[in-house]
Amino acid sequence: MTGMETNEPLLVVEDLRTHFDTERGLVRAVDGVTFTLERGRTLGVVGESGSGKTVLSRSIMGLLPKSGVQRSGSVRFEGVELLGADAGVMADYWGDQMAMVFQDPMTSLNPVMRIGNQITEGLRQHLDISKDYARETALTLLSSVGIPEPERRLKQYPHEMSGGMRQRVMIAIAIACGPKLLFADEPTTALDVTVQAQILDLLQAQQRERYMAMILVTHDLGVVAGRADEIAVMYAGRIVEKAPTKVLFAEMRHPYTEALLASIPKIADPSHTRLQTIGGRPPNLISPPVGCKFSPRCAYAQDRCHTEDPPLTEPDEHGHQFRCWYPVEISKKPEVA
Amino acid sequence: MLPDHGEELIQTLAADERLHDVPTDAATQHFAAVQAGSVKVKRKGFTVGAWLAMIWLALLIAAAVLAPVLPIPDPINDADPTKAAQGPSWSHIFGLDGNGRDVFARVIWGARNSLFIAFVAVLSGFVLGGILGLVAGYFKGRIGGALGALTDILLAFPQLVLALAVVSFLGRTVPNVTLALGIVSIPILSRITRASTLTWSEREFVTAARAQGAGHVRTMVREVLPNVLPAMISIALLGIAVAIVAEASLSIIGAGVKPDVTTWGNVIFAGQSFIREAPSMVLLPSLVIFFTVFSLNYLGDVVRARFDVRESAL
Repeated sequence: MTGMETNEPLLVVEDLRTHFDTERGLVRAVDGVTFTLERGRTLGVVGESGSGKTVLSRSIMGLLPKSGVQRSGSVRFEGVELLGADAGVMADYWGDQMAMVFQDPMTSLNPVMRIGNQITEGLRQHLDISKDYARETALTLLSSVGIPEPERRLKQYPHEMSGGMRQRVMIAIAIACGPKLLFADEPTTALDVTVQAQILDLLQAQQRERYMAMILVTHDLGVVAGRADEIAVMYAGRIVEKAPTKVLFAEMRHPYTEALLASIPKIADPSHTRLQTIGGRPPNLISPPVGCKFSPRCAYAQDRCHTEDPPLTEPDEHGHQFRCWYPVEISKKPEVA
Repeated sequence: MLPDHGEELIQTLAADERLHDVPTDAATQHFAAVQAGSVKVKRKGFTVGAWLAMIWLALLIAAAVLAPVLPIPDPINDADPTKAAQGPSWSHIFGLDGNGRDVFARVIWGARNSLFIAFVAVLSGFVLGGILGLVAGYFKGRIGGALGALTDILLAFPQLVLALAVVSFLGRTVPNVTLALGIVSIPILSRITRASTLTWSEREFVTAARAQGAGHVRTMVREVLPNVLPAMISIALLGIAVAIVAEASLSIIGAGVKPDVTTWGNVIFAGQSFIREAPSMVLLPSLVIFFTVFSLNYLGDVVRARFDVRESAL
């Protein structure tokens, strides 16, 4: 279960496709995603609802329903192919090697089980430790995720805690066995804005301390701006732009990335500034638009965009890639304030 | 070289993000106080009806258990044919049956058998139907479909006819009637367990448990089952009530336990030929059944209402 060779990146995803068979047709939720994640690094996956970002993380982890799903491509974790591995094999990875912090802490904890048991459950599953030792570990974990009075919290039920506290518990559960890869699927979307930054900081601190790699999934470019090493922008189940964070913000090339950024309200804006939005709606994944999937909503779309699908460009010297025929000019400084 | 405005943009966004990080000390402290127990949340008590139902059942069970030591006549042998079919009197508050046996004593002794039959039958249905329903609801694929179909077939079979067939084939004894009613209660419990499991196993915390590496059995037993139990218990209480009535029905149509064993059904069966002369012989035991069934149904509702966990309450 331990890393065999050191040269192999922690996670290599190649041409991953996840399609769902539904009554209305084949939904191409993830449609050919390729990326590599090194140990201890953070990849930010950004996109709006329905862009396939959640399905992407669940596909990599193998947490999808058994029936009605077609997965293809390759997911290699420490050089081991995990795509198509059965649940029995995956159960050894889940929690131990890779773990997930879910979006809504209100529903991702068992309402009728004490917090303590929910934490020790995974610990005792993967590590051969005594009940007392597991309890001690749970206490340490609760303190390390910033939960005061861990002794008392251990005996509480989820409904006795606030959303932020529950998300801290979720993080404690996820990091309990020291996974090498942590998926954070919109970890702050269901929380009050006042605790969002705290939770994100906590995730980042834990990640550094434990040298975990993290895939941070969000719809908010602002969330990943200061936290991810690399950002992948997803649209219609594909990566439309991918670059190291600094490069991406310095030279956004894809009109969708630009539009996403423009839609974040800025503190410096005068009050009552109209919020910028991206017109139209996310593409229908059953019968996506011909040509560039973003073309129907793109401000710069030209004839070619509606007929020909642009490929992902070869990475430049910074590793910057994008999928656009008429990329945004680099010299054009994005609007900041 | 990269244009330097990238760094600047990151800083601006990160700063904006951080501005959300306003400390909420007052609110936090308030909730901490509530949670620390300075403000106790009142637990919902039982209603008068629930208490009455519980007292009735407790008295009944106590009487049934203590029947051999209670100062009551023997339900079979203490017969006085000279005083057959009498209405209630001070010495025999439920009257005497066609053989001159004390009906009150027979009702208490009957409770021993009738409650045993109903309870054991439903308990076995609870365990077997529960396992079937849990597995069927958790594995939605082929296994779930097959088990669901099996349940539906059993459910579609007329239950009294099924019980009748089992008893007449195996013999009219207490264990066989229990077995028959047990078989009948399996699909009922299986169905409700399956329905409840279907919704609970879709919940995020079940996926979360899986994502922590919990196996299927562990997930079913530790994560799903505790959430499904209230629904099962509620239906089981109802099931006991139905089984009591079913036992009586079998006896009344002459297909239940042999008449020489005292059950509620047999007590009523013995009285039905005297219904004109001494209606109390049928009415009073029926009333006992009525209160028992009513209490069980009522408690079933109480359990359901108490544990009815809606999304908002999670």
